[in-house]
Amino acid sequence: MSTKAAIHHDEHHDHPKGMKHWFTTTNHKDIGTMYLIFSLIMFFVGGIMILGVRAELFQPGLQLMKPEFYNQLIGSHALIMIFAALMPAATGFANWMIPLQIGAPDMALPRINNWGFWLLPVAATLLILPFILALFGVGDGGAATGWTLYAPLSVQGGMGVDFAIFAIHILGVSSVLGSINVIVTIFNMRAPGMTLMKMPLFAWGWLITAFLLVATIPVLAGAVTMLLTDRHFGTHFFDAAGGGDPILFQHLFWFFGHPEVYILLLPVWGFMPQILQTFSRKPIFGYKAQVFSLIAIGILSLVVWAHHFLTAGMPVPALLYFMYSTMSISLPLAVLFFCWIANIWKGALTFETPMLFAIGWIILFGIGGLTGLVLADVAADAQYHHSYFVVAHFHYTLFVGGIMGIMAGVYYWLPKMTGHMYNEKLGKLHFWLTAISFNLTFLPQFFVGLAGMPRRIPDYALQFAEFNAISSVGAFILGLSQLLFLYNIIACARGGKKATDKVWEGAEGLEWTLSSPPPYHSFSKQPTIK
Amino acid sequence: METLKQKSLNKKNKKLVLKLMGLVLGSIIFAFSLVPLYNLICNVTGLNGKTNSVADQTSLKIDASRWIKVEFTSTVMPGLGWNFYPNQSSVKVHPGEIMVVTFTAKNITNEVVAGQAIPSLSPGQASPYFKKIECFCFQRQELKAGETKTFPMRFYVSTDVPQDIKTVTLSYAFYNTVK
Ligand code: HEM
Ligand SMILES: [Cu+2]
Repeated sequence: MSTKAAIHHDEHHDHPKGMKHWFTTTNHKDIGTMYLIFSLIMFFVGGIMILGVRAELFQPGLQLMKPEFYNQLIGSHALIMIFAALMPAATGFANWMIPLQIGAPDMALPRINNWGFWLLPVAATLLILPFILALFGVGDGGAATGWTLYAPLSVQGGMGVDFAIFAIHILGVSSVLGSINVIVTIFNMRAPGMTLMKMPLFAWGWLITAFLLVATIPVLAGAVTMLLTDRHFGTHFFDAAGGGDPILFQHLFWFFGHPEVYILLLPVWGFMPQILQTFSRKPIFGYKAQVFSLIAIGILSLVVWAHHFLTAGMPVPALLYFMYSTMSISLPLAVLFFCWIANIWKGALTFETPMLFAIGWIILFGIGGLTGLVLADVAADAQYHHSYFVVAHFHYTLFVGGIMGIMAGVYYWLPKMTGHMYNEKLGKLHFWLTAISFNLTFLPQFFVGLAGMPRRIPDYALQFAEFNAISSVGAFILGLSQLLFLYNIIACARGGKKATDKVWEGAEGLEWTLSSPPPYHSFSKQPTIK
Repeated sequence: METLKQKSLNKKNKKLVLKLMGLVLGSIIFAFSLVPLYNLICNVTGLNGKTNSVADQTSLKIDASRWIKVEFTSTVMPGLGWNFYPNQSSVKVHPGEIMVVTFTAKNITNEVVAGQAIPSLSPGQASPYFKKIECFCFQRQELKAGETKTFPMRFYVSTDVPQDIKTVTLSYAFYNTVK
């Protein structure tokens, strides 16, 4: 998330300058930077939407908006956070770091890389446009279906659903292009001597993510295409009146949707051990165990999808299968947790900002994983399904596991990317504000969920008022704290203490052998790994 | 030398890209083949509660040692200006015994409207054993403006229905057939 171009322009003269450069660049670092900046912008767009929601939920009753608009906000918030903030951030890191980490001069398919990026702003525009059109009286706003776009609601929904469908198509193409690029780069461009089992875990995590994307994005694209033809061309895939079945949509959606949650996390699980290693000054614990756990999670994630609709009506054997298979994912996940903890055990720890984020991440993400186990219990899920308990669960996994993980990565690599140290004091303040206000926001949601507050409803029973007020206050602190993050990044990109090549005393890996920032063409001469 | 290496790398890359595109295509085909697959699985197992959509044969055996309670519910889907309700909320039958129940529909609009009723049985496991002999859901129904009609529905529950099924609920959703 840097504007390091400016720095490079002074030092190098072998590439074009100016705005046009960004449209045509095929340099992996430039493209990585664009992904990260785009992600940061969309993080704020999605954040503002959900602050609208939290403002409405501050008190029971309807104060600020109509229920339809509320529904549009929650759906767009989720779609934007998942597809336009979290995924592009991971792809940005992939572009920046995978070539550096495996000793490649660039990504394998630079031209496709550029297209893959520029599809994103188009898709984001499609997601936001219906809101703006509605201001001018055209259409009725964004998709009011939640991010899951369940039929039959999405078949009956307004124009916003069509925009969401096209946005998903474009995002899908972009993700598939990006994934193919990652796979080809990792398979064909590794430095001599870097075998797959010597490859950094970040590259491993991304490799599995890329395969999952290639396998599941087309299923989502297929599902929304069926939705589109049901809406406009008289087909009946999800229309019971025509012999279709709305439950089919849930199967198709979650066949993509469950792997998607691991798609978002595998890259983070990849680089987190590297951060732990750096700041505990101990080698990565259980490299092989981690690689096999990542692969196991990737494969298992493809066969557990129906735990998202255990209450839709399934025979008992199917319920039992999805319950036990879902729970079995926690075994390789536990292996990862133990490796992370063992990595810092008795290490010479220091607590720079990336390490603070990493430690907070282990603890809070642990809560996310454990509550997932509770939800996977068929008997318990009957009570928790579609309640705020689920909302709390997936924010402990996605906001912490995803966003806070990415933030750890940003602080860790920012000096490498920009050539400057960020402001450590502000970074630490950002961490503590984020961690505390995150818990203030989402911890109460577990309790209101257990007490029966349904999700996706703009009003609630009086008994939930206090906890919702706390949650809303937390959310606004959480949102405002992110301005520190923004400021720190911009300041760091513009200047600051010069970063050394190694940046961190305990850093290991090829990217730290290059200058900070790295030269425009990373490894013109490939290193050899012994 | 260097360019030769570059060329062979490009070739290698292109090959892998093609393979991966094949994988993408495979996933797309997989997605669409899930539709017939899903219907097939549901038909065999009765997973989604779909009952037979053409008239079934009469059964002759009656198992008088058991009772099954059959409950009825109805929904009118948005876009259909009808009232529609079962005339009895539940009946008790022996497995194998033929039973007639009635439903009433009224067109409350001032034009001719055709509707299609879609049945669904829960629990889904019971649906293969629930046999309809005569049903208004086998074809679309037309009602004139303001017209009221009573539809009979003739069914039986087959004698091989599992022992643990004691109550089933049959729900009808009436849809507008013109889009
Ligand atoms: C051991 C690990 C996990 C288990 C057993 C688990 C289980 C579950 C279950 C059973 C549900 C459905 C609850 C319901 O709707 O009634 C659920 C929802 C969800 N989980 Fe997890 N989960 C785990 C980890 C994760 C991770 C790592 C992520 C994200 C990166 C995640 C993201 C989500 C999301 C986004 C939803 C809600 C989706 C929605 O309905 O909108 N979960 N989880
Ligand atoms: Cu899941």
